[in-house]
Amino acid sequence: MKLTIQVNEGPYQHQATDSAYNFAVAALEKGHEIFRIFFYHDGVNNGTRLTTPPQDDRNIVERWSALGEKHNLDMVVCVAAAQRRGIVDDGEAQRNGKDATNIAPGFRISGLGQLVEGAIQSDRLVVFGD
Amino acid sequence: MSVTKKFLYVNRRPPYGTIYAWEALEVVLIGAAFEQDVTLAFIDDGVYQLTEGQDTTAAGFKNFSPTYRSLGDYEVTKIYVEKESLEERGLTLDDLQHLTWEDEDDDWAEKDSIKLVSRSELAEIMAGQDVMFNF
Amino acid sequence: MALLHLVNKSPYERNCLDTCVAYCREGDTVLLIEDGVYAAAKAGKAAEKLSGLDVAVLGSDLAARGIAQDKLVDGVKVVDYGDFVDLVEAKDKVQSWL
Repeated sequence: MKLTIQVNEGPYQHQATDSAYNFAVAALEKGHEIFRIFFYHDGVNNGTRLTTPPQDDRNIVERWSALGEKHNLDMVVCVAAAQRRGIVDDGEAQRNGKDATNIAPGFRISGLGQLVEGAIQSDRLVVFGD
Repeated sequence: MSVTKKFLYVNRRPPYGTIYAWEALEVVLIGAAFEQDVTLAFIDDGVYQLTEGQDTTAAGFKNFSPTYRSLGDYEVTKIYVEKESLEERGLTLDDLQHLTWEDEDDDWAEKDSIKLVSRSELAEIMAGQDVMFNF
Repeated sequence: MALLHLVNKSPYERNCLDTCVAYCREGDTVLLIEDGVYAAAKAGKAAEKLSGLDVAVLGSDLAARGIAQDKLVDGVKVVDYGDFVDLVEAKDKVQSWL
């Protein structure tokens, strides 16, 4: 089964990103393919490397980065939603005159077309949100 | 070989209180370029997105309701509004924007995009889709 | 075509479960996750909303919320994330009632 997973909420505020992560791990363990993980709305905040969560709890951003690296996942942060919320990579910093970047490893910023393409190319779209 | 899937965009939230209504619309507009078989459903508070007379001047944020009028230009011709949700909220079709599209196969005749359907009709429509988007 | 319905909010907070139930058809399954698991508690008023439906509930979310498995509505299946994945595959598509 080829899956696209959509994450609509940011880290810690909602359980959505935890559920999505656990689902992704289980799907990969079963040998399924994750075509794309698309972060939309506040979900883009899963892609900032600047979080410092308490040591005694899960590190949501690093967990995604590690999963992405281990399985070579395509983790896309929506550009329009990212611009609104301040998730920035080198390209965006240059284009929009920002003096810093904060994108976490393993995430890339791209357009909404990536979500639509994911829905077309995958067997299932699973949405996690509020 | 290009794939055509039946896409259903499910809208259940009112506008402005949260960003979901607007950012959902953005997906529909961008998605139009992929030429899929698109249907929009407005259920529960989602029906409020389509109401006439939204004025956000005093509130200080952008009024995005005019964007719904352009859906016809983006080949979105199937907009289902759930009857029960409208009635529960004391609304009728007259309270909603009059959304239309131009049918090039019918001499560009202007046709209504909004169809009022019952919950059970919409459940049947949903069952026939390939992908559901929720925001 | 069968649907997997996902409900992640408490029935006492949101109307997601009510709308979900109204849209359920023969062959569909409702999976309760996150705060949605509260609907599966036998003693709650919302429990009756699940009657006649094929319902599964995510065990890890039950445990997180201290809901004992013997306190659930009869017939509700407790599942894990692996089963969740299997359900996504078994049904034709997923409807997340956000």
